[in-house]
Amino acid sequence: MADRSEIDALIDLMAKLPGLGPRSARRAVLHLIRKRGLLLQPLADSMAEVARTARECLNCGNVGTSDICAICADDRRATGLLCVVEDVADLWAMERSGVFKGRYHVLGGTLSALDAVGPEDLRIPKLLDRVAGEEITEVILALNATIDGQTTAHYIVDQLEGRVEITSLAQGVPIGGELDYLDDGTITAALNARKRM
Amino acid sequence: MSLSLDTLTLSHFRSHRRAEIAVDARPVAIFGPNGAGKTNLLEAVSLFSPGRGMRRGSAQEMTRRPEALGWKVSGIVAGPQGRSEVAFLSEAGQPRQVRIDEKPQPQTTLGRIARVLWLVPSMDRLWIEGAEGRRRFLDRMTLSFFPDHAEASLDYEKAMRDRNRLLKDQIRDAHWYRALEAQMARTGAVIDANRRAALTRLAAAQDGAETAFPTANLELLHADADMPEGEAPFAEALAASRPRDLMAGRTLVGPHRADLLGTYVAKDVPASDCSTGEQKALLISLILANARAIAADFGAPPLLLLDEVAAHLDADRRAALYAEVTALGAQAWMTGTGPELFAELGDRAQYVKVTEAAGESRVTQRDRP
Repeated sequence: MADRSEIDALIDLMAKLPGLGPRSARRAVLHLIRKRGLLLQPLADSMAEVARTARECLNCGNVGTSDICAICADDRRATGLLCVVEDVADLWAMERSGVFKGRYHVLGGTLSALDAVGPEDLRIPKLLDRVAGEEITEVILALNATIDGQTTAHYIVDQLEGRVEITSLAQGVPIGGELDYLDDGTITAALNARKRM
Repeated sequence: MSLSLDTLTLSHFRSHRRAEIAVDARPVAIFGPNGAGKTNLLEAVSLFSPGRGMRRGSAQEMTRRPEALGWKVSGIVAGPQGRSEVAFLSEAGQPRQVRIDEKPQPQTTLGRIARVLWLVPSMDRLWIEGAEGRRRFLDRMTLSFFPDHAEASLDYEKAMRDRNRLLKDQIRDAHWYRALEAQMARTGAVIDANRRAALTRLAAAQDGAETAFPTANLELLHADADMPEGEAPFAEALAASRPRDLMAGRTLVGPHRADLLGTYVAKDVPASDCSTGEQKALLISLILANARAIAADFGAPPLLLLDEVAAHLDADRRAALYAEVTALGAQAWMTGTGPELFAELGDRAQYVKVTEAAGESRVTQRDRP
């Protein structure tokens, strides 16, 4: 019975992961047990290692395995460009494209008075320090187009105006997108941001 | 071109276990005793416009009790956009879903297919009760012209709730206020411009109309502080109002403080001073004007829901209302306690009798009252 409950505990933990439910957690655990040497042990080792080393970068808020993340430590990325994102997932999305060569600043959320999230709870004071200290020439705001995201963008613009160039990501037709499937707001934004060909 | 529901099917909706009505584009007169379930039919039709329907009920409130199994309302809409099968359903305890031609769709899509306006007895006291009801009445009319009005209102509310929290907590971070006020100014200016444009259209629709109902002049007012037009001036007004708002613990300037002043033009009397019958006539006049303006915009007159409309109207006014609804070509769903209230309609309408037995509504269709 004791064995059974340890496996149950693992299933319960797995079911808490995003994208997994109780059913898929059971399947995953059963799969891991069957592939004990090939998958389960390496996974357990890897998780133990990450649990020991993972931390937030003291500079930008990215997650890494040292106090200063690989991006902040890389001198070639000191281009003067600083991209502000809400979440580490957004940073990873930007990195996947491989186009942006500057550095990031992860806020860790958006301003929301109702949820008691203020500037001090986000990494906004640190952002202001970095703009002053890291020879930043342009701050790129890559925040979500929600009310909270845009309020946060306004707040940052209000704080930095006149000190540095501030830009935001364009909004409009996605690559490979069909106009027919776009909502009215996106079409309006795309039309307003049209460019000469 | 007309807009009509061809069939309406209710399943476990309020007092109806199952009801099916097959109608044409003519007005639908519904009669039966109090509590039989007449208004529930109108509420089902009101779901065909974006929002929570004419009673602003939640999906849970609409389920038939005591079973509470969830409910479904469906119908075929025939209008300028062709025929669509529209269904609303809520499984027990779940929010309402919208399906158009069997595909899940967001509520806003409904605005492309149908427009619905209503007049319900609770609005009889609109002119004498608080500003909130008049604001809601104004916003429903505005939404019927400008589908983006709902989104602007939601975004404005969200930013204002955040700002009110800052005010309550006595936070003095000016940057934070400016960030929220920028959002409020952008959305608030849209709300204000939409409302003003809607009032202009209503005035135009009343001007040229041949109608037996009195013209109502509508004026937009703002309590305490005037709301300046345009995004930048409104942002300035919000900033200027900050010290006062901090004392009050809430936002004192903006479209959420709007009120609607109605005037009976022919007598130059405020609507609130008119007799009960006159107040009702003014509301009917506005609904009809709104319907005429939508007919021009949308390509067909809207569905009209007139609950207990005959109350407070004398026989002449009633006949005039029926004549105007018929001339407009609107499928008007009207309720009344007895068939005699619809006698003037004759074969210009179709009739539905609603009765109740053992806690269950029964619906019978007839050709004559």
